Amino acid sequence: MKNFDLIKLPFSKNNPILVQVLGVCSCLAVTAQLKPAVVMALSVTVVVTLANLIVSLLRNTIPPRIRIIVQLVVVSTLVVLVDQVLKAYVYDVSKQLSVFVGLIITNCIVMGRLEAFAMVQKPWASFLDGLGNGLGYSVILIVLGFVRELFGSGTLWGYPVMEKLGLYSIGYENNGLMIMPPMALILVGLIIWAHRSKNKDLCEQ
Amino acid sequence: MNMKWLEDWFEKIEPKGKWSWLGSTYEAFHTFAFTPKTVTKSGSHIRDAVDMKRSIIIVVIALMPALLFGMWNIGYQHYMSVGTLSTFSFPLFTCFWFGFLRMLPLIVVSYAVGLFIEFAFAQVRHHEVNEGFLATGLLIPMIVPVTTPLWQLALAVAFAVIIGKEVFGGSGMNFLNPALVARAVLFFAYPTHMSGDKVWIAADLWGSDAIAGATPMGDLAAGMRPSASALDMLIGTIPGSTCETSFIAIALGAILLLMTGIASWRIMLSVFLGGGAMGLLFNLLYTINFPLSTYLELTFYYHFLMGGFAFGAVFMATDPVTAAQTNTGKWIYGLLIGAFAVLLRVCNPAYPEGMMLSILFMNCMAPLIDHCVVARNIKMRERRAVK
Repeated sequence: MKNFDLIKLPFSKNNPILVQVLGVCSCLAVTAQLKPAVVMALSVTVVVTLANLIVSLLRNTIPPRIRIIVQLVVVSTLVVLVDQVLKAYVYDVSKQLSVFVGLIITNCIVMGRLEAFAMVQKPWASFLDGLGNGLGYSVILIVLGFVRELFGSGTLWGYPVMEKLGLYSIGYENNGLMIMPPMALILVGLIIWAHRSKNKDLCEQ
Repeated sequence: MNMKWLEDWFEKIEPKGKWSWLGSTYEAFHTFAFTPKTVTKSGSHIRDAVDMKRSIIIVVIALMPALLFGMWNIGYQHYMSVGTLSTFSFPLFTCFWFGFLRMLPLIVVSYAVGLFIEFAFAQVRHHEVNEGFLATGLLIPMIVPVTTPLWQLALAVAFAVIIGKEVFGGSGMNFLNPALVARAVLFFAYPTHMSGDKVWIAADLWGSDAIAGATPMGDLAAGMRPSASALDMLIGTIPGSTCETSFIAIALGAILLLMTGIASWRIMLSVFLGGGAMGLLFNLLYTINFPLSTYLELTFYYHFLMGGFAFGAVFMATDPVTAAQTNTGKWIYGLLIGAFAVLLRVCNPAYPEGMMLSILFMNCMAPLIDHCVVARNIKMRERRAVK
């Protein structure tokens, strides 16, 4: 039950973006289209899960004073691996994501989970925690990517949905604001609004 | 005026029992019709402290000259470009009627969408509905191009009321002017309908097709001298957003606002001062052949006549909720609005009209200005007391 909570809580009461408000920067930058959003979500999930596992395995041998550097080395290694895999298999998306793959190193969710969880918990629990938080982050990214691509560009995964529905011929137009990062911030705000009204105990007094 | 019968009727339909959830809606209509209770008993020379409803109504009245002129101008621009103006026996009325029919759907959509959302929020939160939207709902259709599709307008109004106002707690708590938020949404979401040369003149009575008609701002952005004369711009017989073209009609509204004390004369004056100073500075740069754009040689007072400068200064910048509250703050706020508007126009060809963005920007800065003014005042008085 406790292990299950580690996966479940990041989806609802302890979502990294909605409640911890971490990793917002990348979620504004890469969600203009669905495909990069999904790739980014997968990358972060892989990195945070494996980093949590590795750091948790090493936790008793890491001297406290240099722990951040050790964590960074682990994370950077994983990020470089992910980057190479993306370049090899989905080169166009890797181009689109540009610096944001490299910037996973500084993603607050990764460092936050390592510091708060993996340094003091057993490997299996850390693995689940990393997976849960990665997926919690992914959900928001995919929702944002879905909404922004659908209403901003009229496509989904590159498929021209709005055109096939015949909406353009009756006067519909794409919303240019959706493609801009500020609108992503407003959408995150709206999701947080809905989330807090469902979970009243999260509201600050 | 005998309104006793209406009041009796209202008392009869007051929602009770299973209808009591409609309380806020009932309250809103009741307040609109019958509050404040005290009425002037004799003579009209007694000045009282106005309440919110009355001040909003005065703003709406002040908008009337610009609105009526705007309606006429929509028709005038249309028949001028179609070329049939001289064939009418009553051109004044024909122009006005065309503009009225074009303008009416915009106003109806703006009010319907906005008021529906306001009522829904008030009902859910058990607040009273207040009158703030009466002015906003009229301002929004007055500052968009006449060819704006209605569904886009509805979307922008919904966005402005929810994100611009209700999330912060409703009228009085918003830090951005909701009418300008609506225009900004349209500007960024559907730029083809908000700028470019084929925007400003309605091609037919229904639908959103447009005829190419260059606005003075568009001319300048394209690097040409404006084709309209200063007199045309003063009267307002130029293409532009629906009701912001006429300086004279806006000035009439401004006089009413200033006489009733609803709008702050400090803000209004300082916006023009700030814009004029910036315009003079650019004229000075022109005389030393500073290489920037053709905008530099534009005589400074042309900035007041073109685009939304006057409308923004009179009706937008002076919004008491979003402007600075302290007197010194109002001067700084107004001066910077004028200066930034002219700066944006001249230096950034991507935004030919800087007034909207400049007011929104200063809306964000207003609390900071007030904070600094108050802090400085406290410090000065402290020093005086210690001495």
